[in-house]
Amino acid sequence: MDKETKKVLFEPLVDNNPITLQVLGVCSALAVTSQMSTSLIMALALTSVTACSSAAISAVRNHIPGSIRIIVQMIIIASLVIVVDQLLKAFAFDVSKKLSVFVGLIITNCIVMGRAEAYAMKNPPLQSFIDGVGNGLGYSLILIIVAFFRETLGSGKLLGFDVFPLVQDGGWYVPNGMMLLPPSAFFLIGLIIWGFRTWKPKQVEHDEFKIMSISHGEGGHH
Amino acid sequence: MEAYISLFVKAVFIENLALSFFLGMCTFLAVSKKISTAMGLGIAVMVVQTLTVPANNFIYQTLLKEDALAWLGITGVDLSFLSLLSCIGMIAAIVQILEMTLDKFFPALYHALGIFLPLITVNCAILAGSLFMIERDYNFNESVVYGIGSGFGWALAITVMAGVREKLKYSDIPAALQGLGITFITAGLMSLGFMAFSGIQL
Repeated sequence: MDKETKKVLFEPLVDNNPITLQVLGVCSALAVTSQMSTSLIMALALTSVTACSSAAISAVRNHIPGSIRIIVQMIIIASLVIVVDQLLKAFAFDVSKKLSVFVGLIITNCIVMGRAEAYAMKNPPLQSFIDGVGNGLGYSLILIIVAFFRETLGSGKLLGFDVFPLVQDGGWYVPNGMMLLPPSAFFLIGLIIWGFRTWKPKQVEHDEFKIMSISHGEGGHH
Repeated sequence: MEAYISLFVKAVFIENLALSFFLGMCTFLAVSKKISTAMGLGIAVMVVQTLTVPANNFIYQTLLKEDALAWLGITGVDLSFLSLLSCIGMIAAIVQILEMTLDKFFPALYHALGIFLPLITVNCAILAGSLFMIERDYNFNESVVYGIGSGFGWALAITVMAGVREKLKYSDIPAALQGLGITFITAGLMSLGFMAFSGIQL
């Protein structure tokens, strides 16, 4: 694997993560993460759609008139999502019921559109495919971290296996019910962002309103 | 009538699209820095939602649903797998038409809402409204109420969020948590607040 490919594939994992840095595709990332199994399926679905749509859009990029390119991209993405949706309904019906509308929402997932617009329209198909996989993996990474904490802390299980024996089954762990509710996903992603940015200080956003310390004289704001 | 009021309250508070289903998060986080812009976007979402949910409901009930083509004398056809494509097409078309109509007849309104309209096509809250409507099999009247309610709920959430963020910029936040990180945690606390409504029985 040459250097460029490696960069395209692995940069979106931490250095340029679509969720924590670009704030794309957050919607579905939060909603499906209360269980590991649904998150894994969702991650797989999104990665394949992003990769295939980037490749397809890149293959026809020189033939799309600029004024209708959004519609063309949308149709390609929507068709791929329908394929994924039908496949899930056929082979993983239970999971597909749990994911409900969120598979359909891959269409408006900003990661897919974002990569199509920002990368696939300017680069050859193979590279766009790899870029799609890379960004899909960046999304999957966050999904898996969040789902890991939500499922183990929330129900003491992971993928159906007992991790912490629950109190009601004679164990010691009292499940944290909030982990299964929506707010915990917000908190976890907030904390992940905090962690990532402490690790990579380059990603820190500058505050718009500097708080002056009193010791500097000048009289500070509170 | 009571059923409609209950559906409206449910759509606004209990099943708030932004805070309990995390929909439209990208715009929710990106455009909630100032109350005035947040409110503009909120109103635009509400208008589009009110138009698209009933429109998609009409298409779904008369063309796509299983045996919906019975009025044409065709039975046994189930086109519901096309609903994703028809929903997103309908939304894109309505947003475009709305944009052109506003530009032509209400220039003042166009200048206030215009910049938000293209954003709305790819706002997942709009598509999700239509998909939830299909999944729950609402009839036409219910879909009108659901469209207004869910749009209003989203507008409410983003306006409140902008209000919190305007104050938040004066607080001393750890550098790495600055910006996006603290916004997520704030949204989590708001979502916790909205959960208080979930016990309401109507």
